[in-house]
Amino acid sequence: MIQFLVKRFLWLIVTLLIVYTVSFFLMRSVPGGPFQGEKQLPPTIQRNIERRFELDKPLSYQYFSHLNKIVFQFDFGPSYRLKDYTVNEVIASGFPVSMSLGVFALSFALVLGVSAGVVSAMYRHSVWDVTLMTVATLGIAVPNFVLASLCLIVFVFYLGILPAAGWSSLESVLLPAFCLGAPFAAYIARLTRTGMLEILNQDYIRTAYAKGLTTYSVVTKHALKMAIIPVVSYLGPATAGILTGSLVLERIFAIPGMGTHFVEAALQRDYTLAMGMILVYTLILSVMNTLVDMAYAMLDPRVKLE
Amino acid sequence: MVSVEKKNTSPQQEVLEKALQVKGVSLWRDAAKRLRKNWAAMGSLYFLVVLALLITFTPLLPLQSPTELNLKDRQYQSPGFGAATLGSSEDLKFKDRSLVAELASYDEEKSNLVDQIAKETDTEKRTELELELATKQGIGHPFNKLWHRPGYITKALIRTRLLVFGDYCIPSLCGTDDSGRDVLSRIFWGGRVSLVVGLVATLVSLIIGVFYGAVSGYLGGIYDAIMMRAVDILYSIPFIFVVIFLITILTEDSNKAFLESYGIDKIVIFYFAIGAIYWLTMSRVVRGQVLSIKNEQYIDAARAIGVSTFPIVFRHVIPNVMGVVIVYLTLTIPAVMLFEAFLSFLGLGVSAPDVSWGLLVNEGVKAVTPNKIYWWLVLFPGLALAGTLFSLNFLGDGLRDALDPKMKNR
Repeated sequence: MIQFLVKRFLWLIVTLLIVYTVSFFLMRSVPGGPFQGEKQLPPTIQRNIERRFELDKPLSYQYFSHLNKIVFQFDFGPSYRLKDYTVNEVIASGFPVSMSLGVFALSFALVLGVSAGVVSAMYRHSVWDVTLMTVATLGIAVPNFVLASLCLIVFVFYLGILPAAGWSSLESVLLPAFCLGAPFAAYIARLTRTGMLEILNQDYIRTAYAKGLTTYSVVTKHALKMAIIPVVSYLGPATAGILTGSLVLERIFAIPGMGTHFVEAALQRDYTLAMGMILVYTLILSVMNTLVDMAYAMLDPRVKLE
Repeated sequence: MVSVEKKNTSPQQEVLEKALQVKGVSLWRDAAKRLRKNWAAMGSLYFLVVLALLITFTPLLPLQSPTELNLKDRQYQSPGFGAATLGSSEDLKFKDRSLVAELASYDEEKSNLVDQIAKETDTEKRTELELELATKQGIGHPFNKLWHRPGYITKALIRTRLLVFGDYCIPSLCGTDDSGRDVLSRIFWGGRVSLVVGLVATLVSLIIGVFYGAVSGYLGGIYDAIMMRAVDILYSIPFIFVVIFLITILTEDSNKAFLESYGIDKIVIFYFAIGAIYWLTMSRVVRGQVLSIKNEQYIDAARAIGVSTFPIVFRHVIPNVMGVVIVYLTLTIPAVMLFEAFLSFLGLGVSAPDVSWGLLVNEGVKAVTPNKIYWWLVLFPGLALAGTLFSLNFLGDGLRDALDPKMKNR
């Protein structure tokens, strides 16, 4: 276990270093930095700006100085475009928002997906099964931003039962979390159904029934534990997908999360901010993947961590 | 009589004849048979074929102009059956307010000019006339006012369409957008961009992935370990964010000018950026397959007669992993199309005056306000995108089942 964690940690460092290096040199490949262009600044101001962002130093110095600050002080430096804000401040304001949206969406996807999958498998070939699986297949194909736009039109503007945008109440989380989680719920439902169908034919399930257990306890205590393993291994890619999806959904619903800031940073060419965020996203993804692998090993005794 | 004839043929010959009548079932024929039984996959296949044909021959279809602005009276029209003809807008100042008439007068003027140039002896006047002709063929061409930079083939197709349908247009069945442009026509022209991005980027990922995976799997040992470790590292990078970053930097004005001097524009960057992400899974899939077939006898036979490594990989290994690759291909195309739509939706992908499905949905969402709901601007492009992704996914699933030997006789 410890060995596994140490190994993962080393890989994480390598990955982060690669991401940092690639984005650093991409960032510096823009001649003259982001401050030359639209309008010519007076030379003194230009020099001041360059000093502030250390653009006047040699490239190797910049590379190590920036890296040093990130590693030892967790300081991503000032934002290029948002005046008087550091990248850390922007991330600190956006992260909790995105985090809660993501957690909401993921738990929503899990609850809805797993229950739909179980119902589908238990009543195989029934009307319920066919309906749920058709909806699931559709749900995988409809892009989340199309779903979100249609939901916005129907629930917000046509029926007027939910607030349009913002991040103030529990109600305003509902629609974005639903739209963000829906495609994953659909995929999880299909995975659960396949898993359940396989498990329900196993001998130990028959034994459980033979002991006189109720269907409810057989399903929840015996079958589900094994059937959910493919779902757990899907949580890694699902997290990546939810991070990506939140880029779009935060924009549609005007939620002040990290996704909105990242897209703005990319559009405004705010390179320091964009780079800081990429590093944070890489970190989240790697941590999540490690957690998923550990959970996988705990659930399935046949899997060994390596 | 019959019995006599039978006696003439030897038993061996009889067996041989019978054997000749039995046709071997190849993997592909078997797969095709199973695929034909899967109605969902076949329906998707037919849908995609029809879609591909319609998209390829979009200029031939009697659609309205996808780019003509009409800010006076055609903004935000809900779907309807009002008649429309090409070149009827007053702003265009077309002859008889008809594209056919305008085109005829344009052709006449152009041939007059060409004649004049041929007759003109004075070099100065001649260059002047040639300049006039160039302007006429460029901005002055009536097609350039109604379509965005049509190529030669597109122009020829539009001419054919004018011969067949004249100025007639399909009414705005899907409504019009904020600038009075016909949504139906924009969906068709946007589909061209979306599908081409999907196909080309997938092709890029296919070439990189198959080559990388095949080499890694075939060489094995230390090469395999290093190459696959590199893939593992790349896997843990959230690529979508890096690609967004990459695209912003490469489309920065100074970089853009530099790249354009080599003939690389935004769309090309796009293909490579997207293709560069999706090759990872492809290379893993191919490597797995190669590992399982590299110990087959026909590979040994090839090696025994002295074929060197790369010809073996290209001629013997890669053709045999194609089944898996095709399945994965049909599943990559929708993923790539979705990613393109996603980037265009965020304003980082295809930009006006080009259109793609993602961009259309984005424009639709921007037009949503509490006062008035322009549902058709979101619904129809969304349906086009979702329908295409849906059928590609279905076809991919169907192909996987058809090519899977385990599914035989089920």
